Amino acid sequence: MTVNIIEVKNLTRKFGELVAVNDISFTVPAGEVFAFLGPNGADKTTTIKMLTTLLKPTAGEIFLNQHNVEENPNETRRSFGIVFQDPSLDNELTAYENMQMHAVLYGLSKSLYTARITELLELVGLSDRRDNFVKTFSGGMKRRLEIARGLLHHPKVLFLDEPTIGLDPQTRNHIWNYIKDLNEKENVTVFFTTHHMEEVERYARIIAIIDHGKIIAQGTVQSICAQAGVERLEDAFIKLTGHEVRAEKSNFSKSTLRAFR
Amino acid sequence: MQTVYILWLRQLKRFSRKRASMIGALGQPIIFLVAFGFGLSPIFAKAGAGNYIQFIAPGIIAMTALFTSIFTGVEIIWDKQFGFLKETFVAPISRWQIMLGKTLGGATVAIIQGILVFLITLFVGFRPESLAMLPVALLFLILIALLCSAVGTTIAAPLDDMQSFPLIINFVIQPLFYLSGAIFPLAGLPWFLDIITRLNPLSYGIDGLRGALTGVSHFSYLTNFSVLVGVTLLVLAIGTRIFSKIEI
Repeated sequence: MTVNIIEVKNLTRKFGELVAVNDISFTVPAGEVFAFLGPNGADKTTTIKMLTTLLKPTAGEIFLNQHNVEENPNETRRSFGIVFQDPSLDNELTAYENMQMHAVLYGLSKSLYTARITELLELVGLSDRRDNFVKTFSGGMKRRLEIARGLLHHPKVLFLDEPTIGLDPQTRNHIWNYIKDLNEKENVTVFFTTHHMEEVERYARIIAIIDHGKIIAQGTVQSICAQAGVERLEDAFIKLTGHEVRAEKSNFSKSTLRAFR
Repeated sequence: MQTVYILWLRQLKRFSRKRASMIGALGQPIIFLVAFGFGLSPIFAKAGAGNYIQFIAPGIIAMTALFTSIFTGVEIIWDKQFGFLKETFVAPISRWQIMLGKTLGGATVAIIQGILVFLITLFVGFRPESLAMLPVALLFLILIALLCSAVGTTIAAPLDDMQSFPLIINFVIQPLFYLSGAIFPLAGLPWFLDIITRLNPLSYGIDGLRGALTGVSHFSYLTNFSVLVGVTLLVLAIGTRIFSKIEI
């Protein structure tokens, strides 16, 4: 029997009067590659923030690796690694120092992390740049370093919020091969968001589509295409979420919160 | 403890790599020493209050600590904008550890700058009253740095961008400095200024530092010490509370 590594029950988040995430429920079985899709401003990131203890839900429950996220934030935090949509590295530190910082924050012993950092930097192809400042890195290199960092503490779940945004096909391919490998060999559950539907068809086994704060479809790529009566996921996505172009809401939660104060 | 240590170390590394800002931060104290120290010295002497350089040097050392710690504390806004704060917020550590690591890091940087300015004051003619009291002076420098660093971090914690920075300079740093007895003696002030300086925690820091360096102080060491420690703990508590409420 497969265990659900993520269980979301009736999750709601309001910002003032505005309901950003409206009573959503879904589960992710352990070992899956799960794509969380939705148009811009559908509050994918808000949901991820709640799953990763950065934002408190207004109502509902989340279990991650059997830990109640709200009640046991630190146990939860040890169970996942995350690559945020925006960079979160310290540019004034070297690649190695960024990794070391992470290792110490997660309580790894020195003997353990020195070997692990070397191994991970090797894996993402940054060994020769370990003592270079992150500010000298390209976007793709920063991404790779962030992925390596997210894996340092052997997480059970890896969250990737638009991991391939702004990257060229070569780097995208490289990163995905690596993620796939990791999923297969170390059985890390991968939870990712993206706007590249072909990436989803290629790598995800199950998906959920969120729009206007509601889950409007979930299942395998095939079942969702069948549900929409189309061949390609891109068409299914547009059919399910409509043709209207959404406003990109940057830092949405905060500005909304301010407006309601 | 490891956590607090690594966050502290990060601040020190960032500081030691920014030579330009290290030297830049010495500019203002030097201008103050020259302009106020030498410029007002004849009037101060005529008023029968003694050597003004001797009086103002501790104030300028404290000023350096004040500016440096608050600027370092405010770096948390950059951490927010460049995303690094998220990395610390998803780590399995408490928010008070982040607060403490930042405060200690900023304070250490400020202490280093304060000591550098102390050495500069020696060049322009400042002479400490007694070498035996230097450790007490260092203690007060540490307390001032801790207080200001905690204030800087606490003020910056709820802010999202640098637009509020002029507000911090004009409504926090400037009043704390100018209304603290750094540049004028606390004795014989008009009543309203007397009240304001008594309400300013930095007054006690500067008075303690001046007492240890020149042998002349307005309050007792015990008063200075207790006020500094008390207010710092209070600010740390408030800061931790604000930190635990930040959602990013």
